[in-house]
Amino acid sequence: MLSEVIQSTLTILQHELLKSIYETAIMLAISFSFSLVFGLIFGFLLYLTSNKAFFEKPILNKVIAAVINFIRSIPFIILVVFTLPFTFLLVGTKIGPVAASVPLCITATVFLARLVEISLKEVDKGVIEAALATGANTSLIIRKVLLVEAAPGIVRGVTVTFISLIGFSAMAGMVGGGGIGNLAVQYGYYRYETGIMIFTIVILVIIVQLAQFIGDFIAKKLSH
Amino acid sequence: MIRFEDTTVSFIRDGKDFIAVDKVNLEIKKGEFFGIVGSSGAGKSTLVRTVNLLQKPTSGKVFVDGKDVTDLTGNDLSALRLKIGMIFQHFNLVKNATVFDNVAFALKASNTPKAEIEGRVLELLDLVGLKDRAHVYPNSLSGGQKQRVAIARALANNPEILLCDEATSALDPDNTKEVVQTLKNIKSKYPITVLFITHQMEVAKSLFDRVAVMSQGKVVEVNSCYDVFAHPESQAARNLINKSFEGVIPKEVIEHEQNLYLITFKEENAYDPVISYVSRNYPLVDLSIIAGNIEYIQQKPLGRLLISLRGTDEGDINSALEYLKQKAFVHKFDREVIANA
Ligand SMILES: Nc1ncnc2c1ncn2[C@@H]1O[C@H](COP(=O)(O)OP(=O)(O)OP(=O)(O)O)[C@@H](O)[C@H]1O
Ligand SMILES: [Mg+2]
Repeated sequence: MLSEVIQSTLTILQHELLKSIYETAIMLAISFSFSLVFGLIFGFLLYLTSNKAFFEKPILNKVIAAVINFIRSIPFIILVVFTLPFTFLLVGTKIGPVAASVPLCITATVFLARLVEISLKEVDKGVIEAALATGANTSLIIRKVLLVEAAPGIVRGVTVTFISLIGFSAMAGMVGGGGIGNLAVQYGYYRYETGIMIFTIVILVIIVQLAQFIGDFIAKKLSH
Repeated sequence: MIRFEDTTVSFIRDGKDFIAVDKVNLEIKKGEFFGIVGSSGAGKSTLVRTVNLLQKPTSGKVFVDGKDVTDLTGNDLSALRLKIGMIFQHFNLVKNATVFDNVAFALKASNTPKAEIEGRVLELLDLVGLKDRAHVYPNSLSGGQKQRVAIARALANNPEILLCDEATSALDPDNTKEVVQTLKNIKSKYPITVLFITHQMEVAKSLFDRVAVMSQGKVVEVNSCYDVFAHPESQAARNLINKSFEGVIPKEVIEHEQNLYLITFKEENAYDPVISYVSRNYPLVDLSIIAGNIEYIQQKPLGRLLISLRGTDEGDINSALEYLKQKAFVHKFDREVIANA
């Protein structure tokens, strides 16, 4: 009995595992790198446009904040469906890991943007003031004060974003993205292949633990 | 060097206008070590922050080196700030950057050529006695050392003015001495103008040439440091000086006494036997000395006695007081101040 389960699990894995890992890797690579760049940009924009010492632009700030809140209030699975026409327009298909990356990019970007903003708001006002008092320009203050002081917080935010992306990519997999999450649902759930279910869970747990460990390590290195 | 002209700063607080700095007129001369004292909330920080426009005046003007700086923006504002260093109560160092990088930041702000930065940073750290700590992070330094790093950063671009906002208030007495000594040392080497806020009278005495006393947004008294301590004109200054007796005399002693007076001897009468004269000529008045000291402010001796006058005859007490007032500065020692301290 047990040997049969293991046998069937191994057969499925032989056929599907590499493909699933590849698909998950594509989804994560695209959405993680996209959100890293744009999450940082929008996070800084949110902070800088709300701050008198930098580029206070209340209207722009409110607009960005509203858009971010709007997207964040849509459950991910609905966002996937909702963005399908846009996805099709952009990549010419509605299925596959690249298509699934579109809603992933959007979700991860707004998520990270907020976390970056929070980290920046936690930077000691006095330190910023002291930097302003030296006569430094904004770009120098952003690079040498804001980024440096907020770095540990930002790294933690990036870690959380990456871990959420793993979860979301599993969901995106269900609606046509493929990947490890899809493997679990298709075989583990619909076909009662418990072995596959357990195997995917183990893999996901390992990836998450690893991500958390690396994230914590870097954050710790950056804070003094 | 710095001139305030009807400088006023107001904030909106609870929907109402709150005037933090009220039409201040004040001139600080080149090379002076100028102090601003006043109780908490008097508007000291707000006033000083208008000099480098961390706070823009609501009305009135601020002149630096004869030039109206009130409306500077952009590059002009940067240029102004480059010639004004500033240090703060809580040091405000970038904690994730090394001591070296904290000081180098100010040099980068002035576009100092890369090749010159290292040498200059080490020279500055040497000036404040921290050359060997260049590569540690601020959190491993004592408060006094952190403030010395902040001083090195503030002096990086050879400023003409140094603003200090409660620079020693977060430090214990030893660290305070260390920072005060560093500032004195710098002042003796460079002709820099220092504007220093404090509510610590001990620090005021040992540093300032002249002092402005602030109360409720207004400058209520400006005088040489010695004169402010010897004969404070304003209630605000008297309160501050009374407060500095706090802790020296036990509360119980003060609570028992009705007529407490603080007597400051005028320089020319410093050696008159005033007390023995009172006891001889007003036998019905009991004069007792509660506390006393002689200290040196701006190298001049300042003698002070806290006395109590007891007696059954009001008239006698009053004439004894009149006599004392001819010979010394006398003011009633306000017990409320101690009680509320
Ligand atoms: N940004 C601000 N918004 C509103 N009110 C302010 C602001 N900054 C200062 N104030 C108020 O202005 C008054 C003067 O503040 P300020 O910090 O200048 O006092 P201070 O004399 O430096 O006091 P302390 O000795 O406590 O530092 C205070 O009542 C303070 O609450
Ligand atoms: Mg203050």
